[in-house]
Amino acid sequence: MNFSAIRRVIGWILLFEAIFLLLPLLTAAVYWEEEFFVFLFCIALCASVGGLFLSKKLKNDAIYAKEGIVITTLCWIVLSLFGALPLYLSGADAYTSYVDALFEIVSGFTTTGATIVPTGAEVAALPKSILMWRSFSHWVGGMGVLVFMIAFLPLSGARNMYIMKAESPGPTVSKLVPKVRTTAKILYVIYAGMTAIQIILLLCGGMSFFESVNAAFATAGTGGFAIKADGFAGYSSYLQIVVTVFMLLFSINFNSYYMFGKRRWKEVLTAEVKAFLLIVFAAITAITLNVYYTNTLTSFGGALKHSAFSVSSIISTTGFVTEDFALWPMFSQILLLLIMFVGACAGSTGGGIKVSRLVVLGKSASNEIGKMLHPKQIKHVTVDGRVVEPDVVRSICAFVFLYVIVFIVSFLIISFDLNNLNYAGVENTKFMTGFSSVAATLNNIGPGLGAVGPAGSFAAYSWWSKLVFIFDMLAGRLEIFPMLLLFAPSTWRR
Amino acid sequence: MNVIIVGCGRVGMTLAEKLNDDGNAVTVIDMLPSKVNEITSQIDVMGVVGNGATHTTLIDAGIKDADLFIAVTNSDELNLLCCMVAKKEGDCQTIARLKNPQYSNEAEYLRHELGLAMVINPEYAAAKEIARVLRFPSAIKIEPFAKGHVELIKFRLPKGSPIIGMSVKDMIVKYRANVLVCTIERGEEAHIANGDFVFAEKDVVSIVASVKNAHDFFVNINYKGHSVKNVLVAGGGVITHYLCEILQKSGIALKIVEKDEKLCETLAADYPKLDIIHGKPSDKELLLEEGVEKVGAFVALSNLDEENILLSLFAREVNNGKIVTKINRTDYDSVIRRLDLDTVITPKNVTADSILRYVRATRNAKGSNIETLYNIIEGKVEATEFIIKEDSPIVNIPLSQLKFQDNVLVASIFRDGKVIIPRGNDVILAGDSVIVVTKTVGLSDIADVLR
Repeated sequence: MNFSAIRRVIGWILLFEAIFLLLPLLTAAVYWEEEFFVFLFCIALCASVGGLFLSKKLKNDAIYAKEGIVITTLCWIVLSLFGALPLYLSGADAYTSYVDALFEIVSGFTTTGATIVPTGAEVAALPKSILMWRSFSHWVGGMGVLVFMIAFLPLSGARNMYIMKAESPGPTVSKLVPKVRTTAKILYVIYAGMTAIQIILLLCGGMSFFESVNAAFATAGTGGFAIKADGFAGYSSYLQIVVTVFMLLFSINFNSYYMFGKRRWKEVLTAEVKAFLLIVFAAITAITLNVYYTNTLTSFGGALKHSAFSVSSIISTTGFVTEDFALWPMFSQILLLLIMFVGACAGSTGGGIKVSRLVVLGKSASNEIGKMLHPKQIKHVTVDGRVVEPDVVRSICAFVFLYVIVFIVSFLIISFDLNNLNYAGVENTKFMTGFSSVAATLNNIGPGLGAVGPAGSFAAYSWWSKLVFIFDMLAGRLEIFPMLLLFAPSTWRR
Repeated sequence: MNVIIVGCGRVGMTLAEKLNDDGNAVTVIDMLPSKVNEITSQIDVMGVVGNGATHTTLIDAGIKDADLFIAVTNSDELNLLCCMVAKKEGDCQTIARLKNPQYSNEAEYLRHELGLAMVINPEYAAAKEIARVLRFPSAIKIEPFAKGHVELIKFRLPKGSPIIGMSVKDMIVKYRANVLVCTIERGEEAHIANGDFVFAEKDVVSIVASVKNAHDFFVNINYKGHSVKNVLVAGGGVITHYLCEILQKSGIALKIVEKDEKLCETLAADYPKLDIIHGKPSDKELLLEEGVEKVGAFVALSNLDEENILLSLFAREVNNGKIVTKINRTDYDSVIRRLDLDTVITPKNVTADSILRYVRATRNAKGSNIETLYNIIEGKVEATEFIIKEDSPIVNIPLSQLKFQDNVLVASIFRDGKVIIPRGNDVILAGDSVIVVTKTVGLSDIADVLR
């Protein structure tokens, strides 16, 4: 293990975090908040610790797959540990313990959007600079902080690809152009450009500048931290529709946008994007009809708007809310719960299992059925006219299995907590609460159902359950393997 | 520059690595996913799996934006087809590798008719390099510059050489040598020589000089200057074939040991005057029988690096003459350098250098054009020959007044048929061809060596 290279990248990440913290610092300065000094302190701390790490000489810059994975995981952990400090040190009452603050910022960086702040009113009462830091953490975490580092740091060598592979979501990561750095830059340009367009569209709808920047950051990262007491319910239909559209746009593979710019139409509408749009369309239709005919929402337009918003919010793993879907009929709730696991496209900022994996799994399952009937049949899994390597199919199967295992173990651990949980609901929501809590954190969505629904929060859980959720959020964002490998003894053996 | 390389074999991989280090955006194409995965995880290039001669694969690889297309698969025909399709599809220069002697004899015709920018033949280039050292066996390597008027010669200081313990300055004065000492390799280290550098045993020294001065210099310091008389070659592959062709009129007698009977037959038919022995080159008795102890030079050209190394070390033990070893793999360079080998030939590097030169030259530097490029020490020290144009910033200024970067050496100036070993008062004029030795690799203009 090349510790000197790992230390170096972590050093750089801390310096970048110091730079990221300048935005909330600026916010605090504009709104005359005393958190200014908290942020100033944190910037100084990040910069000095980072500088200390960088001051040691680099012996050897060789990064292999192992180092790539360890660097990625450690960077995310270090980023979160330091990122939680401003929340903990700030005057906000909601973050009573360091674990609470850590939960909140991990939820931010992993673009989960699950909050520890008990009620919406308390969220709205948070200092503006803290709100900005929460939203900005979504933006930074969405495309990936290491991808950002690759784009702007002249690190040597091709081995950066190992880092990019470990951080970017999806079963296979392909470059857009030959150079990793240029690829990372293109991704960030698309990302920043789309964020800017959204900010402008929100401003046109009469949203204040502060709110639209926050909303755009949270949408772009598919995060979901709200800054208002009632989430998005209070905004006009125009603003809700803009956010619906952008949540979907940010959950489509960014390669598609590049190919769109290059006019390579065939590669824009890939099988994954088609499947994704199909799932979204089907889910919206089903839920609209369900909530309309059960008279949960009385107007058809309203039903369509709210179900489209909720479906987009859940499948993109954003987690914004306009309507408390925890109060919707059971069919709609279960459907939302299921699409939590589907998640967004690979190569987007969203979480979940990812549509591309499901496409491959579905095709491979249908091949298996074919093989049952014709035992000697030879058939490959093909996506977009290309054979998917058996290695990739195997890795996807292992991924989904581990996903389920992590889910089950987490559910089991936090189930100790479910009896002590103070929730305002009926008896059978205990199961729903626990199940959806794990689903919402592992898939980086945010709000679940039951007591952790849009109106609730994760505040009632004990500290160790929160640690489990922190692990789940990181595991979900980094796609299981890196987090598990960090704890595998063979990773550290010489 | 955007470069597409078809074929991820040895040559393709080396090319991808060097072109990428040189700052080009490289895309590689190969049929085997495992090859593509291997290369993309080691080098910062994009990989495309597919047949490089098909339209769809080329579009995937971005042929529309490509500036240079290089086909280096194992099949000559495929390479030519790739280049033809690429030329139709995109507006790019094409380079094809041809190794079959039947095609390479017609390389000029093919190049012209198919609109290729360049035809490369690693095996032929390697054979040429071997032929050069056989003619001047004291050198490990000879690289011609300025159309053959200037040579860069690399040699090892054996035990008892008179210049051991002497500084570069003293040596030049004592032997009145009109040569320029460029680099000295000592173990893993590479030094650009200055006047106070003291020679030690086993140093590998590179000098630049005109052909005649170099000859005089070697005679002065007790080296053999004449060509070898007879050569024993182990292995009868493509390189051997070319070597026979190059040397057939030189008066050097070749004896070839090859285990494949068919290859023996072909060689015997093409070169009836040569001694072709059908037998295992690794057979010690056979080698002794064929006189490995007495020949002027032993050349190991079998397909296995290990066998070549072993045979060379054996020949070294029984023979005091010239030993040439072909080694394909470069990953274990550091180990190989420690062995007691003489000249080591790596075909893929020879080719990669010539393509690099082409790429840098077409990148179209303002004040100068790259004429020749040569890696003195792989990846560490380069010798680059520039043709100086009139608007270059270094024209007409005495060298002592130019602010060079560290570790830069102006090794020679070639003007009107004369070789000038430059001193501080000399100036560079437009039209000169100038050889610069640098530790910074990847120069594309002579102005790059200035601060």
